[in-house]
Formats: sequence, structure tokens, C-alpha cells
Amino acid sequence: MPRDSLLIIVPAYNEEAAVGGVVRAIHAAMPGIPVLVIDDSSADATQAVAREAGAMVLPLPHHLGLGGCVQAGYKLAFELGYEYVIRVDGDGQHDARDIPRLFETLRQSGCEMVIGSRFMNGNGKNSGAIRALGIRFFRLVLRPILGKPVHDPTSGFVGVNRGALQVFSKSFPLEYPEIEALVVLQRRRFRFLEIPCQMHPRTTGRSSITASRSVYYIVHVLLGVFVNVLKFDQRGRRPGRPEKS
Amino acid sequence: MGRLLNVMTALSALLLIVVLASVRRAHIRVEYSVSWLVAAAALLILSRSRGLLETAAHKLGVADPGLALMLVIGCVFLVMFYRFSVIISKLRDDNIALAQRLAILEYHLQALRDGQPHA
Repeated sequence: MPRDSLLIIVPAYNEEAAVGGVVRAIHAAMPGIPVLVIDDSSADATQAVAREAGAMVLPLPHHLGLGGCVQAGYKLAFELGYEYVIRVDGDGQHDARDIPRLFETLRQSGCEMVIGSRFMNGNGKNSGAIRALGIRFFRLVLRPILGKPVHDPTSGFVGVNRGALQVFSKSFPLEYPEIEALVVLQRRRFRFLEIPCQMHPRTTGRSSITASRSVYYIVHVLLGVFVNVLKFDQRGRRPGRPEKS
Repeated sequence: MGRLLNVMTALSALLLIVVLASVRRAHIRVEYSVSWLVAAAALLILSRSRGLLETAAHKLGVADPGLALMLVIGCVFLVMFYRFSVIISKLRDDNIALAQRLAILEYHLQALRDGQPHA
């Protein structure tokens, strides 16, 4: 595997209407870069549409949820020896034209993770009121834990290098993983950067975080954050050392 | 008090029968039935032995033996719920790891069948 090898992973669940366009947009933005769609046991034609669009497909035998789905992609990428992985959601909200910039930042900065943020440079008007409120709340919670501000802690548009890939392939939050993943990395003294990115409103399917599930989401993620803070307190003092699963 | 103990005896006996029947039909694995059987047997003994129950109430600092019995039942089931939460969590983790491994192996197999190098 070349030193700068990149794999783009696309977690997808019942995204037959959007995933084909997402894969084609990635191919147009990053010609020659492999795209892996991880199908979280969709009931529709997500797998077929993804293959037709030119992606490889990792079909999960049953529904694992977003974290389990993304981690399966990280595990495969790590086993295949990739240096970098960029995650793009299968619902078409992320703009594939931002991928080259995100990849360059990941390579040049040496940071373990780069996040595509919709809230830098005045973006982010597409977020709903409840989501925006939740993001504000978690920014406040995460600020002292991470030791620096994070604009868009719930962004699923992230790139990781092999160091983070090694950690995530062994330990990755299963539900609503984005915020907890930041804490997991921080406890190992890994670094992250944010770059401004464009996000589009969802045109097909439905978000897994509905208004009624927002309270559960906040409680779940808060608990996950504090468990991770306690769990990795000792390990965090030894930078770069992955845990045993 | 006497009626409460009789009800507890009946419920404990019912629990014993249901658990044993479930084990016999393989609805519950033997290793997971042990906690239920021990709990049901303990409750049965406590509800039939007034002396033992009064001793337990005295040790717990509860004046009413009936209340002591309810306290013991609550504690027993809390411990069991905790134990089963631990077991379910481990099973879920194992299940996710297995599903991911299966998917990755299928991916490798498909790549071999297609004669294509991995991505």
C-alpha cells in the first residue's frame, strides 16, 4: 500500500436514492481513489446502487447502527494498510468537492483527525434549530475536555490518519459516535483540526436523530463523553499507545 | 403478613416451575437459569421460615418482616438485573465484532472470487 494511500468510506443505511450520487461525486472529486460503501443491512437497493456507481461494498450481515458501521470500514481499511481514511455520509449532505482540501490538510498537518466543519466561516445555516442548540451545548461541554474549541463536534465529515485508524479499529463508540470519538482521541493526546466545509440539506431519507430522540441523544452522548474521560484517564498520559480491545 | 408470605411462597414456587420448564425447553440456557433458581429458592425459603425472616428483618434493622422480605426481593432482583445487563452488553459487543468480522471476510472472499486485488 503506498505511503499516502487514501480510502473514502461511506456508511449508508437505506440510502438508495442518494448513495449513487454521493459515490459519483466522490469519483469526480478524487479520481482513482477507492470508495467503500458500508451497507448497514439496508432494506432497499443501497448495495446495488453503490456498486453500479463504481463503489466497493462492505455488506454488514445485520443492522449495527452508525458507529458499528463506520468501525467496520475503519477495521477493513486498517487491515488493508491504508494510511488515511475519509468518511463521507451516504445521505448526500457532505460536498465531495471539499474532500481534496480535507485530505491535503490531513496529510500536511500531521493531525490524527481533520473535521469538515459547517460552522466555520459562517456556514451551517442548514442545521435545524434543535440540532444547532445541541451542537452549541456540546461545544460548551467539550471545550474544557478537549482544551480547545471545536465548532462542529457532530460532523460526520472527518478524515483520520493511520494512528487514529488503529485506535478506532479497536475502540469506537457505537451510537452517535462523532462526539465521543473526539474524546477518545483527545485522551490519547492525539490532535485534530477543523476546516470549513459546505454542507447541503438532506434531500432524501430521514435523520436518525429526530426531535423526540434528541433528549436521549444528549443524555447518551453526555454519558459516553464522561465515561471516556474516566476510562482513558491513565492511558491518556501515554501518547499514541492504542488500547487492547 | 401471613397472606403476603403465602403470596410470596406461591410466586416463588411459580418462578421455580417457570424457570425449570424454560430450561427444559431450552428457552433459557442452564448457566443463565442458575441466578433465577437461586433467587426463587431463597425467596421460597424466606417466605416459609418465619424465624429466618424475623432474623433477617432484625439484621436489616427493619421492624416489619414483610417489609424486610420486600427489601430482600428488591435487592435480589437489582443484582440480577445488573448481572444480566453486564451479560447483554458483552453479548452485544461480541455480536458487533462478529458481524464486522463476517462482513470483512465476505469482502475478502468476494474479492478473491472476482479475481480482483483489494482496494
